[in-house]
Amino acid sequence: MEFIFSKRAKITFVALMLIGVLAIIYGIFNGGEHGHNRLWANIFVNGFFFFAISIGALFFLALQYATEASYMIVLKRVIEGITQFIFIGSGILIVFFAAGTFHLHHIYHWMDPMVYIEFLEDGSANPLYDSIITGKQAYLNQPFFWIRTILYLGVWSYFAYLFRKRSLLEDAQGGTKLHFKNMTSAAIFLVFFAFTSSTASWDWIMSIDTHWFSTLFGWYVFSGIWVSAMIFLVLITIYLKNKGYLPSVNDSHIHDVGKWMFAISFLWTYLWFSQFMLIWYSNIPEEVTYYITRIEHYKGLFFGVFFVNFLFPMIILMSRDTKRSIGYLITVGVIIFIGHWLDVYLMITPGSLGHLEFGFIEIGMFLGFLGLFLYVVFNAFTKAPMTVKNHPFLEESEHLHI
Amino acid sequence: MADKVIYAMYDDDQVLLAGAKQLVSKGIYIRDVFSPFPIHGIDPVIGIKQTRLAICAFIYGLIGLLLALYGMYYFMIVDWPMNIGGKPNEFFYQNLPAFVPIAFEFTVLLAAHGMALTYFIRNWTLPGIQARNPYPETTDDRFVMEIHPHDNNMTADELAQHLSETGTINIEER
Repeated sequence: MEFIFSKRAKITFVALMLIGVLAIIYGIFNGGEHGHNRLWANIFVNGFFFFAISIGALFFLALQYATEASYMIVLKRVIEGITQFIFIGSGILIVFFAAGTFHLHHIYHWMDPMVYIEFLEDGSANPLYDSIITGKQAYLNQPFFWIRTILYLGVWSYFAYLFRKRSLLEDAQGGTKLHFKNMTSAAIFLVFFAFTSSTASWDWIMSIDTHWFSTLFGWYVFSGIWVSAMIFLVLITIYLKNKGYLPSVNDSHIHDVGKWMFAISFLWTYLWFSQFMLIWYSNIPEEVTYYITRIEHYKGLFFGVFFVNFLFPMIILMSRDTKRSIGYLITVGVIIFIGHWLDVYLMITPGSLGHLEFGFIEIGMFLGFLGLFLYVVFNAFTKAPMTVKNHPFLEESEHLHI
Repeated sequence: MADKVIYAMYDDDQVLLAGAKQLVSKGIYIRDVFSPFPIHGIDPVIGIKQTRLAICAFIYGLIGLLLALYGMYYFMIVDWPMNIGGKPNEFFYQNLPAFVPIAFEFTVLLAAHGMALTYFIRNWTLPGIQARNPYPETTDDRFVMEIHPHDNNMTADELAQHLSETGTINIEER
């Protein structure tokens, strides 16, 4: 079935984007005491969050291919549509990193060349010198950072492009050849993603709090990526099913995506808590800095987000019936969607601003990026029929019954 | 009379499933089905209700959670507070993060063991208990349907007549 991008949806998304543009303009003139850091931090929060949804969808698609799973084949085009935001999302991230390189913002403290100079030209000690950051210079330097960033974004985008191309080709050509080729490519992607999802989160997010490090951070970010993608998949599937674009999606498919949302919420909770508890218990000064900033200035939000993202899916989605109920799924989905956006917000802003500033800039830019993301995803839906043809497991997926 | 039972044997699960649907549509009550593996879709056909094991598991898990938390509270706060790495031990909530892993593990332990034991007791298949399946072949490659004539107000012969139309390989009265 062909997807029709209705005029109403288009107008809504463009209106959301305009709110975002207004928020950016407002932010340029009302940056507050941190200058443009607040504006750029928000660009990064939203740019990363929506990029994360599409990269999470790509990971999920690759997981389906590599394990030869059949149950999600009727939703394959939806997942593929979400992955198509990767290209624009990469562009936004590159703009953000380039702004750091050109010192338009000061979110990455280690990008400042002054912190590496121990003595000034007149021989006196440099007050800005930072021996900890200098010690990390072998890894955390700009050329290497850019090589890595381009590598991650390039390879991930390539796989998003590749899977999409093969999926369209499969519609025309049929057979099982592409299925097995996808399986190999997906396995390669998963191995690559296993490493790069960790290193990317160190490079992009953990390096904001430059002095601090946590070996678990990569998994924590990855679980956030995955659960955000699953929440969005649940919401968009229910929307499209409601509009009648997914006739072969039945209760069992909804139940399955609901289970993913439920299960990955626990993965996220588990990793959040593991990181917190180990650092709380050992109480080593260089490790606790991350939590001290958050507990001093963001206490309610910081623990509130944890409990909402943990308890809502746990209590409400535990029973089988609620995972099949559209009302419950939407309620929980919307709440923890915002919860996981706030989680990304709490990863990035404490290190770049230091204290809580929340207002029109934050909300307006979230809405703006949401509009852009939905516009790109809906536009991708119009490019291909909503149900695949000729996939070897299509028949099996249509008869899913659990 | 009342303890007479008819067993119909099949060599294919799909034949049995189709047969069961046919019999139920005629209003015949099937007491039970013995099979080496779960037959997908048989439960609603022969009127088996959704399992309540999940509710049991939840209750056992909750008991485990509360027991673990109470235990930690008693051991570490009330009875013998210890200074472990300078962690606060005056109030329960101050030391709560340290108790979470134990509470989690104990929840899982009680939920898993309780669920397994409930399952075994409910099916009466604890170790050492005589197996109750009428044909040992149903643990290998045969499928057996159990029907009681007095459930259906029919004579055994009438039931056998209906059963023979469903592709059985053997009908036996015991």
